[in-house]
Amino acid sequence: MIPETWYTALSAVLFVIGVVGVVIRRNPLVIFMSIELMLNAANLSLVAFGRRYGSPEGQALVFFVMAVAAAVVAVGLAIIVAIFRVRRRLSVDDLSLMRW
Amino acid sequence: MNVLAFAVVALLAVASALAMVLVRNPIHSALFLVVNLFCVAVFYLMLGAEFLAAAQVIVYAGAIMVLFLFAIFVLIPGKEETGPDPRRSTRVLAAPVGAILFVLLLVMLSTRFGQPVPAGAVDGGVASLGRLLFTDYLFPFELTSVLLLAAMVGVLVLARRGPS
Repeated sequence: MIPETWYTALSAVLFVIGVVGVVIRRNPLVIFMSIELMLNAANLSLVAFGRRYGSPEGQALVFFVMAVAAAVVAVGLAIIVAIFRVRRRLSVDDLSLMRW
Repeated sequence: MNVLAFAVVALLAVASALAMVLVRNPIHSALFLVVNLFCVAVFYLMLGAEFLAAAQVIVYAGAIMVLFLFAIFVLIPGKEETGPDPRRSTRVLAAPVGAILFVLLLVMLSTRFGQPVPAGAVDGGVASLGRLLFTDYLFPFELTSVLLLAAMVGVLVLARRGPS
């Protein structure tokens, strides 16, 4: 039996990789994928904690996170496609319109 | 045997995550993310969450990644990150900041949250999850369908060609 701490440590590793990916990449699609990576890391730790405390509620929470992630990806990709339709370049550095 | 399996899959998960972030071609990034999502599904199986493992493969590795690949194919990038990075000095800071974040997370996770339940007493199967979703979490569950409908309508509005 693997101790749950290993799973949570692994999820910390994956989360940090996702954060670094959001910071260092310029392509909004890859940034989106890094966000998905972070969501997955959080899900993994939720399931691990759920098993640790013997409750299926962690899994229920992960279920809702998955549903929300699906909605987020659909809307986010539609926004990215809409932005790309207006300006032909695809780099987050160009999108400073809403920055004050 | 268990530890060996965990180590192999964990290594695969971390390696695919790193490759996803570092590889330049976004299509390769998406495929590495698929590998990573499968690894997470294997972890769910190891943790006794069979339903979530199946949902992970179907929803994430199936639906969401197909959406990503579709978006990549529509936008035809692959060349946009070849030029010199105008903000390189800022982005180099990502490594130390990430390391600090990792240490903070480990410190946070190593605190004792309470007494763990002995293994075997855990009821994490599909039946208990389903019972929980349709009793205690019935309202959030129904709300999820409204959210997905709203997302669908929003995507249609966003993707429609405007009058201009």
